Amino acid sequence: MRREEIIISGFGGQGVLSMGKILAYAGIMQGMEVSWMPAYGPEQRGGTANVTVIIGDEEIASPLVDRFDTAVVLNQPSLDKFEPLVKPGGCIIYDAYAIHTPPARDDVSVYKIDAMEEASRKGNGRLLNMFVLGGLIKARGVVSVDNVVRGLGKVLPQRYHSLIPDNEAAIRRGMEMLTLVER
Amino acid sequence: MMDEEREILLLKGNEAIAHAAIRYGCDGFFGYPITPQSEVLETLAALKPWETTGMVVLQSESEVASINMVYAGGATGKCVMTSSSSPGVALMQEGISYMAACEIPGLVVSVQRGGPGLGTIQPSQSDYWQAVYGGGNGDYRVIVLAPDSVQEMADCVGKAFDMMFKWRMPVMILSDGAIGQMMERVVLPSFRPRRTEEEIARQCPWAVNGLGLRGRRANFMSSLEMDALEMERRNRHMQEKYKRIEGQEVLFEEYFTEDADLLLVAYGIAARICKGAVGLLRGKGIKAGLLRPRTLWPFPERRLGQMSSSLGQMLVVEFSEGQMVRDVRCAVEGRCPVHFFGHSGGVMTSPEEVADEACRILGKSNEMVNIASW
Repeated sequence: MRREEIIISGFGGQGVLSMGKILAYAGIMQGMEVSWMPAYGPEQRGGTANVTVIIGDEEIASPLVDRFDTAVVLNQPSLDKFEPLVKPGGCIIYDAYAIHTPPARDDVSVYKIDAMEEASRKGNGRLLNMFVLGGLIKARGVVSVDNVVRGLGKVLPQRYHSLIPDNEAAIRRGMEMLTLVER
Repeated sequence: MMDEEREILLLKGNEAIAHAAIRYGCDGFFGYPITPQSEVLETLAALKPWETTGMVVLQSESEVASINMVYAGGATGKCVMTSSSSPGVALMQEGISYMAACEIPGLVVSVQRGGPGLGTIQPSQSDYWQAVYGGGNGDYRVIVLAPDSVQEMADCVGKAFDMMFKWRMPVMILSDGAIGQMMERVVLPSFRPRRTEEEIARQCPWAVNGLGLRGRRANFMSSLEMDALEMERRNRHMQEKYKRIEGQEVLFEEYFTEDADLLLVAYGIAARICKGAVGLLRGKGIKAGLLRPRTLWPFPERRLGQMSSSLGQMLVVEFSEGQMVRDVRCAVEGRCPVHFFGHSGGVMTSPEEVADEACRILGKSNEMVNIASW
């Protein structure tokens, strides 16, 4: 039985919730059970936003958990909050742009991805979450890239489907950008 | 049944309510936005059912207006509904009592947030009493359905529509901010056409729909009755109906209960968390199970009563300071200890925390057993 409990956390506006939604849809495309549970509230405007995504082979009992297999953190408050909650043997993926104190845990795999920098270089901040998503599926392999792209097609309204190739390219670029931090 | 009609979607619980309402042939939705249920009205507005099925969607000026629109729509035999969250549902209580008094069908969806007062926008289950015992006046009841998944949010809409016409009374779906906001895979029902005027006239001969001049006496509805004996007669008639509902409509789910020593009792999001806790406890060799009421009224009191004679103890888990636990204790009548664990004000818990609490209780009771055998 495979089950991956993921927390994705960052600033409101970075596309954290959409990234979780694409991931969850990819799980459905792959025939798996999924749940997507946001911390909703005033976070949308500049505060921290996070979402718990669970993908597994079997029915998901609780959509709320207090330990995670993977934490994807895009800012310092998110890292501070979720680093201690990653299960031993789990995984932390962080974007160094908004993080001055990197993860210190040595019982988890730590990956870095310079998604913010790459998004600025491309002049498109909205690709940030796609780079990170690419990194996440590279690190954990819970869902295939093809299913993520199919998920993208489900999440994006029809009128934005012309943007799918750019997003797919960003996901694939994110897979290349991911680097394991040697400890 | 066409494939596109049974499309698998990833939806929020609130969105599922809106999709299901249209597909189950709802005639009208009247609502006022409030977090954490605003997606119900938003999704209906985005889906524009008035262009397809002809369903009316109206943002009313207040929750008081919403419930009175439901009161009026239901009186004409139309399949109508509203949705709100805790403080909004508080405002609707007068209308719900009037609907119960006039035996008018209607659906109220309550997506609970923390209270009392304006409280918080985070998920909660502290409106169990509001839903089950009502804030309106008089000896009335409301059938209360308690979904624990996005799929059940959708399914409950169809069930509520059937029940409210079968029994001629208001039905409530009591959900919470977590189920409302979370996304899960959902298979939507195929489209059920809205009833025609002829069907309504045939199925709802009591309706005040202006058809009274066509060969039958004009219908009249009012909750006001100045004759005490007549008012009591009406009450007794409703009580008879409520007894039949208690006999026929109780719904619950049992999860790993066959050999359970410790029974968790929870509904809605708390039940999902308890299912996780049952898994953790079983992993430690503790025989835990869960009883999940799917109707809060009528309450599965007979089943809980039966189970209490063979069980070690029960642990009721709610996101409140302890509301449903009183109904569990009533059903158990002292036959086994009934403990309570909860959080309120929007604070959530995890399967781990519930499992820890269960272990603490079992540890404590083991100690007591040891002392007794000493």
